[in-house]
Amino acid sequence: MSQGKNVTVRKQKIKKKHIKARLAFFLFLTVLLLLTVIFAEQICPYDPNAQDNSLSLQPPSFAHPAGTDRFGRDMLSRIIVGLRTSVASTLTLVAIITIVGTAAGVLCSYFGGIADAVVMRISDVCLAFPGLVFAMAIAALLNGGISSAVFALAVISWPKYARIARSQTLAQKNTDYISAARLAGGNSLQIIIKHILPNSMGPVLVTSMLDIGTMLMELAGLSFLGLGAQPPTAELGNMMSGGRSMLQTYPWVIIGPGIAIFAAVVIFNLLGDTIRDYMDPRNTKSRQV
Amino acid sequence: MKKYVIRRLLQLIPILLVITFLSFGMMRLAGSDAVLQKMENTGMVVSQEVIDKARAELGLDKPFLTQYFVWLGNLLRGDMGTSYISGQEVFPTFISKLPVTLLLTLASILLTIVISIPLGVLAAVKQNRVTDYLIRFCSFLGNSMPNFFVALLLMYFFAIRLKLFPVIASEVTLQNVALPAFTLAIAMSAKYLRQVRATVLDELNKEYVTGAKARGVRFSVTLFGSVLRASLVTIITLLTLSIGSLLGGTAIVESIFLWDGVGKLAVDAINMRDYPMIQAYVMWMAIIYVCVNLITDLSYRVLDPRIRLGGEET
Repeated sequence: MSQGKNVTVRKQKIKKKHIKARLAFFLFLTVLLLLTVIFAEQICPYDPNAQDNSLSLQPPSFAHPAGTDRFGRDMLSRIIVGLRTSVASTLTLVAIITIVGTAAGVLCSYFGGIADAVVMRISDVCLAFPGLVFAMAIAALLNGGISSAVFALAVISWPKYARIARSQTLAQKNTDYISAARLAGGNSLQIIIKHILPNSMGPVLVTSMLDIGTMLMELAGLSFLGLGAQPPTAELGNMMSGGRSMLQTYPWVIIGPGIAIFAAVVIFNLLGDTIRDYMDPRNTKSRQV
Repeated sequence: MKKYVIRRLLQLIPILLVITFLSFGMMRLAGSDAVLQKMENTGMVVSQEVIDKARAELGLDKPFLTQYFVWLGNLLRGDMGTSYISGQEVFPTFISKLPVTLLLTLASILLTIVISIPLGVLAAVKQNRVTDYLIRFCSFLGNSMPNFFVALLLMYFFAIRLKLFPVIASEVTLQNVALPAFTLAIAMSAKYLRQVRATVLDELNKEYVTGAKARGVRFSVTLFGSVLRASLVTIITLLTLSIGSLLGGTAIVESIFLWDGVGKLAVDAINMRDYPMIQAYVMWMAIIYVCVNLITDLSYRVLDPRIRLGGEET
């Protein structure tokens, strides 16, 4: 009996070690991606906006590894700068929905009452709509480039986070240690920040890590439809949209940015999946044994 | 059961009111109305008085809520105004394009079922073997590709390079629907396959499976006779719930393949800022989505006696 238990503990330890190694590797990839994005301008081999009509639509070569676009701009430089626009706006979006959703969820469930009911009904309504269709409509109304696309996606995405934060807080709210903290004279703000937030953020953060990839794709999708970043700005979605008519003869104009989106999404998804596995109590039981 | 159906139908009324109200409010927020738009289109410069008079004729000077109820009344008679761009009536235009989109949706759901259920079951049965890893790897890749990239890649390889399918799918034929449907099916299958795998794994770990094994029942009999039947309810529900993301996805795919449905209509309307058309699209898509979810919920109860009985007790 005890031997069997030891075997499972060892198995779990091995699994845990395995996950840790994976986590380290994917974190490394993510850092690499973020460094590319931060130092985009230093990395670019050419000025991403420099036009040269004599170099228009060159296929990939040593001088231009990803070819050039219609205006003779270097595709690789544009992809790197475009990646920065896409990744930066995605991270902003995820940060906004995480913060707004968590704040709404935690405050509502902690204080309860009418505010709770109202916010939950609003989130019911948001969840009852087909998300992307609504985001398209909101972005179309606002008409203001990438920030309106970010806003549109934020409007439809925050309820999910509010729900998770709310259920987490509800589970914490009536525990003994919270009562003890209150007896010790802690006010609501202190209790929320010191006790409830740290204990309920785990699932919320895992969800937001898992969502980065999806959000990147949806944001690029809106830009592809012309509802996000507008043409002079390099952004992966609108670069692909602009190259659509040239697919037949100049496929690199499409395939380069496509691969960049794909690679970024793969990295974020791998990281998200691994973090989820890492946080999964079934894999971390060995810590408690 | 009857009581439950009636209650759910009654719950539908406020949701529909909210949908119509939001769709109407959006139009207002756009800061443009039929009168201003008409003036802009004809390029006339007119005095404020003429604008006010035209607004009074159309009832646009009345309070917001009154306008909403007038609009709602028209809506019930199938009158959603006219397009700013083409001048045609919105509702008939929308309805005439709807079947084409439904055909695409149906085709992609069928493809998703054909791809994801066998692969999901196979991955579950071969859990942690090479086959499982391979299937999950493909699902991961499919999950990480934006659908417009998939669409363009399929178009490049199958339509432009191999010339198996036409590049522009404006006519509604079986050959034309293949690529757009496949594009939508890839993303859906990738997500759905994991859920099928998880559901079947859950079922396989139950004690009756071990019991059947102990009694010497062949595995294929247990799998197809009991496990699959038990997982089917969850599988169907998850599939219908994904229709929401499918509705948004069709817009991009339709506009890439020039598939002449409501999605392309909406994208064109968005590019032209044709608000009545956008309004119709958002509202009807939301209504379809809500109704599909309701039907799913009800069929779930019919299919699974455990939920039906549990639900009626409370």
